[in-house]
Amino acid sequence: MIDEGLKSELQKQGVYVTTLEDLYNWGRANSVWPLTFGLACCAIEMMAASMARFDLARFGAEVFRPSPRQADLMIVAGTVTKKMAPLVVRIYNQMPEPKYVIAMGACAISGGPFKQGYNVLKGVDRYLPVDVAIPGCPPRPEALIHAIMTLQEKILAQKLTGPDRPRHLNADVASEFPVPAYGPHDLEPPKNDAVWHPTVIKR
Amino acid sequence: MNALATPPKNFEVKPKLAANGEELGELLEVSMGPHHPSTHGVFRMDVVLDGEKVVKLKPVFGYLHRNHEKIGENISYLANMPYTDRLDYFCSMTNNWAYALTIEKLAGLVVPERAEYIRAIMAELTRLQNHTCLIGFFVQDMGALGTPMMYAFREREKILDLFEEVSGARMMCNYMRFGGVRVDVNDEWIAKTKKVVADYSKFLDEFGTFLTENEIVLARTQFVGVLPKDLAINASITGPMLRAAGVNYDLRKVDKYGIYSRFNFQVPVGEHGDIYDRYMIRVLEMRESIKILEQALRDIPVGPVMDPKAKLRGFRPKAGEVYGRVEAPKGELGFYVISDGSPNPYRYRVRPPSFINLTILEDMCLGHNISDAVVILGSVDIVLGEVDR
Repeated sequence: MIDEGLKSELQKQGVYVTTLEDLYNWGRANSVWPLTFGLACCAIEMMAASMARFDLARFGAEVFRPSPRQADLMIVAGTVTKKMAPLVVRIYNQMPEPKYVIAMGACAISGGPFKQGYNVLKGVDRYLPVDVAIPGCPPRPEALIHAIMTLQEKILAQKLTGPDRPRHLNADVASEFPVPAYGPHDLEPPKNDAVWHPTVIKR
Repeated sequence: MNALATPPKNFEVKPKLAANGEELGELLEVSMGPHHPSTHGVFRMDVVLDGEKVVKLKPVFGYLHRNHEKIGENISYLANMPYTDRLDYFCSMTNNWAYALTIEKLAGLVVPERAEYIRAIMAELTRLQNHTCLIGFFVQDMGALGTPMMYAFREREKILDLFEEVSGARMMCNYMRFGGVRVDVNDEWIAKTKKVVADYSKFLDEFGTFLTENEIVLARTQFVGVLPKDLAINASITGPMLRAAGVNYDLRKVDKYGIYSRFNFQVPVGEHGDIYDRYMIRVLEMRESIKILEQALRDIPVGPVMDPKAKLRGFRPKAGEVYGRVEAPKGELGFYVISDGSPNPYRYRVRPPSFINLTILEDMCLGHNISDAVVILGSVDIVLGEVDR
C-alpha cells in the first residue's frame, strides 16, 4: 500500500503514484459494457436509462452489446420464465470473465407480482450469482444508474491476489454454471445449490 | 417424456433441386431469437433461407408467458388492475381502460363525464408515445442505430412525466378504476398537458423531415411486406395494420365507446398495405390524436371522477359474461370475463392485438430478404408482454 500523505505530496509535484490493482480496477469499473438483454417491462426502463435524458454514458456503461461475447454485465431486466431460464444461463455462460449480473426489478429478484404463476422462475439468483439487485416494478432509470454505481464500487474494491480474489482470477473456481433442463414437473435442477443461498428466517 | 423436452422438428431442410434434378445447394435454417436485439423482446423466429430469401418462417412464442389469465382468475377484480398494466407495458393506460370498461359493462356502472374526458386524454397520450417509440424502434431495425430512438424517447419522457405526476408511476400507471379514475387531475396538470400537446406537432414535423421522404426509408419499406386487404380481414388483423391495408375500421368510430362520438377526428386509411403505409398511418394517427387531445383539453368539464355507486373493496358483480374492447394503439384490445357472482372472475381471457397481428408474419415475409423480415416484424408493433401474457 502507498502512504496517502506521500501520494498526495508526490501528486503536488506532478508525480502520480498508484498500484496496478487500482489502475486495473479503475479501468474496468468505468467501462462496463452491458448486454442488450431485455426480457420484459424493465427492459424499456433500461433503454430509457441509456437514452438522452438519463444518459448512462456518464458512467461508462452505455455501450450495449448484442453479443454476449463482448459484454461484461448482464442486466436481467424482467420476468424470467421457465422456458427462458435455460437460455438466460446459457447466455451467461457465453460471456467472458470478468462478468457481473444485475437483477433488475421485482420479477428478476423473486418472481415479483407473477410469483404465484406456474411458469415463472422465482428469482434469477437460483441459477446465477447476482451482484446487485434493484427493487421496483419497474425500477426507475435512476435506480438502474444507482445499481451500476454500486457495481462500480464493488469492482473497485476487488483484490487481484490473495484468497478473497474474485472468481475470474481464481483458476480453481468454475466460471460456467450448469444449464437447467425441462423436467416432468419443473426445471431440473430447480436451483443451483452452489449459487443460491436464501436467507433463512428464524421465528 | 414430456413434450417440452424435445422441441418439435417442423422443418425439413432439403437441398434445392434444379429442373434436371441436380442439387443446387442447401437451404439454411436460422433460429433468430429469443435473445436477439431486433425481435423486440423474447420472441423467436425459425427462418428457412434460400440464399438470403425467406422460404419458410415459424414464429415461436411463450418465452414471456407469465400466467396473466390464470392469475386473473384467482384474484379479485380490483387486484387484477395492476396486472393489466403489465400486458402491453408501453400502453398501460389503454389496458386499464379496456379492463375497466369491461367490468363497468358487467356491473352496470356509469362513468362521470370528467372521468371520461380524463380517460380519453390518457389514452390519446398513450397512443402518441407508443407510436413515437414504435417508429424509433423500427427505424432502428432498418439500421439507424440509436439516434431515432433518442428523439423518440425524448418525447416519450415528456408524456411519462405527465403520467407520473397524476398516477405516481412512469410506466405502470394503474390509474383507472371501475366507475372512474383513481385521482382527479388539477388545472396545472391540464396546462402542462396543453403545452406538451402543442409542442408535439413540431416534433412530428421534425421527425417527419428526417424519415418520411428519406431515401433509405423509402427503399426499405415501399412494397415490402405487403399485407393484402382480404387476408388482413380474414386473419382478424386490427389497428394500424388493418387500416394500412385499406380497411376503414377504428373502434373509436365503430363502437363510439367513452366520449369519442363528441370529438371531430378522422381515421387515416392506407392503400398498399406495405411497411411504408403502416409507418404513415401511425404518423397520421398521431396528428389525429393531437386533434382529439386539443378538443378534450378544451372541453373538459368540472365534476366528480368516480361513480358514487362504485364499490371497489369487496366488489362482487352479478353473474354473467361480458366482452369489452377498446382501440388500443396496437389494435383491438378486448377482455372477456365470466362472472359467477364471486369476488374473482370464473373465466378471464384477453384478446391481445399484437398476438393476432403476428399470425400473418410468414405470409408477409415470404420471398423477402432476411433483413426485410426484421423490418416487417418491427412494423407489426409487437410487445411480448401482450403476445405471451
